[in-house]
Amino acid sequence: MNNLFQDANRQQISGRRRNDLIWRILFLGATMFGIVALSALIITIITDGIARLNPDLFTNYPSRRASASGMKSAIVGSLYMLCLMAPISFVLGVGAAIYLEEYAPKNRFTRLIQLNISTLAGVPSIVYGILGLAIFVRTFGLERSLLSGALTMTLLVLPIIIVASQEAIRAVPRARRDASFALGATKWQTVSRSVLPSAISAIMTGVILALSRAIGETAPLIIIGAATYVAFLPESLFDTFTVMPIQIYNWIARPQEAFQDLAASGIIVLMIMLVIMNVAAIMLRNKYQKNI
Amino acid sequence: MNTRNKRFVMLTLIMVLALVVTACGGGTSSTGGEGGNAASSMTGKLDIDGSSTVYPLTEAIAEEFNRENPDVRIAVGVSGTGGGFKRFANGEIPIANASRHMKDKEKELATTNGIEPIELSVAYDGLSVIVSKDNDWVDKLTVAELKAIFEPGSKVKTWADVRAGWPNEKIKIYSPGADSGTFDYFTETINGEAQASRNDEQVTFSEDDNNLVQGVAGDKNAIGYFGFAYFEENKDKLKAVPIDNGKGAIAPTYETVQDGSYEPLSRPLFVYVDKGMLQEKPEVKAFMEFYLNTIGELAQEVGYIALPQAEMDKEIAKLK
Repeated sequence: MNNLFQDANRQQISGRRRNDLIWRILFLGATMFGIVALSALIITIITDGIARLNPDLFTNYPSRRASASGMKSAIVGSLYMLCLMAPISFVLGVGAAIYLEEYAPKNRFTRLIQLNISTLAGVPSIVYGILGLAIFVRTFGLERSLLSGALTMTLLVLPIIIVASQEAIRAVPRARRDASFALGATKWQTVSRSVLPSAISAIMTGVILALSRAIGETAPLIIIGAATYVAFLPESLFDTFTVMPIQIYNWIARPQEAFQDLAASGIIVLMIMLVIMNVAAIMLRNKYQKNI
Repeated sequence: MNTRNKRFVMLTLIMVLALVVTACGGGTSSTGGEGGNAASSMTGKLDIDGSSTVYPLTEAIAEEFNRENPDVRIAVGVSGTGGGFKRFANGEIPIANASRHMKDKEKELATTNGIEPIELSVAYDGLSVIVSKDNDWVDKLTVAELKAIFEPGSKVKTWADVRAGWPNEKIKIYSPGADSGTFDYFTETINGEAQASRNDEQVTFSEDDNNLVQGVAGDKNAIGYFGFAYFEENKDKLKAVPIDNGKGAIAPTYETVQDGSYEPLSRPLFVYVDKGMLQEKPEVKAFMEFYLNTIGELAQEVGYIALPQAEMDKEIAKLK
């Protein structure tokens, strides 16, 4: 009788172990799928693009000859864009998050706003381009300028920044606020001296990740009229501009193979920029986890 | 709130600010002074937009023009022919690239806004009907056969349906997408109506001509069409089919497109300029004159075919 139980048990256990192994292999496969695809992509891009990854790429303007072509105006355009977008989206995004989390009453209206923001985070980027064209280019008369582009991109990243900042603020323990209030602090004192300092690294992580998404966007900027051939650097906020993804897209569509290799070099530069931003985000997150 | 945390936050903010400032500062340092041989003192700004097909031509011209006039700030966009015309008709840009004629509606809009468009042919493109190098049976196609293959509701399923004696293999069609001027021109010329095209499971559409090249090159039963430049760059993988329009089969080359014998698939490419701006702004006039006088030498380099000199002279006369 005893033996019988043991056998059944053993069978059950080995069955479960087999099951476990199958799941393990499935999950490993799921992980490897992405990794293999990504490394294949990176390897082809590096082998195609490494040859043209020279100073000319950074110092020359676009040219009809792939060998003389560079992406100076595009790199500078992307950096300007980042410089404009970062402060605007930080102030607006974090401000909105503070309001929604700390000040706004929890009623049907704020729930509706919340729902809208979450929905906006999933809207295709080209829609923001159309919105930007209508509002900034046409209505505000900012023309097809760097400023219009930066504001359009701000719209694109705002929902992501708001959601990320809200989560960061929500993660600050209730006790901190209570302690602050107990000492007689006002709402603003509590927010500025207790909540925000605890949440800021997580907020920064969200902001940087959102900005790195914007750096890779092409569609909305093409809609609002960023040019493709720009042989000068923007001198004011109202100047015409181009950005890296647009330049890369144009090179890929060219018939000449040399341009496609050049596009690969451009992708490497863009990728390095994104990796730097993501590493910064990870470092901030690690710091944050230690401190809470 | 501990001070360590506070200090860290400050540090992060300062770092981000520093990054932003250095990035911005780095950009401004080297404006002007580019190009070196400042031959002229002409300044001004030229915004050009429109067809992505014409873009390489205008880009080549802008590059050369900037060599002589480094202070004219030229930006060329690729909003497509329709998008470019819209901006042109609104008076936003003095020059528009176009791979088709301006439609009456677009002309009306321009006229109401006080814009007087001048159409200038700048080069030819030879739309090339291409098959894979491995396809050893297609020696030529007549315009009627092309129509049979590409027309809406086409009955052609296999190559044998095109011409008796050709293999009984399913024909695969690669076509530019509906947004491209190439598609407009081909459907209008071959099928008789712009945008009217076969659209069943045997057709693959792509907005990226390099995709079409890959598709046709890898399949000996495939046929497709695109601009001459894409054929020229992939000659080792592709074969351009000679087209017979009743005067014998003629394959697209620089010569046959230029002298007009490759027809009906040679198409002119245009640049539109506003007459008012041409007269008012010296940089617009200088740029357009430079364009028409120089494009003959540059067209072939970017994969297009120059107009015969006699015809180019007529275009130049339109600027007077």
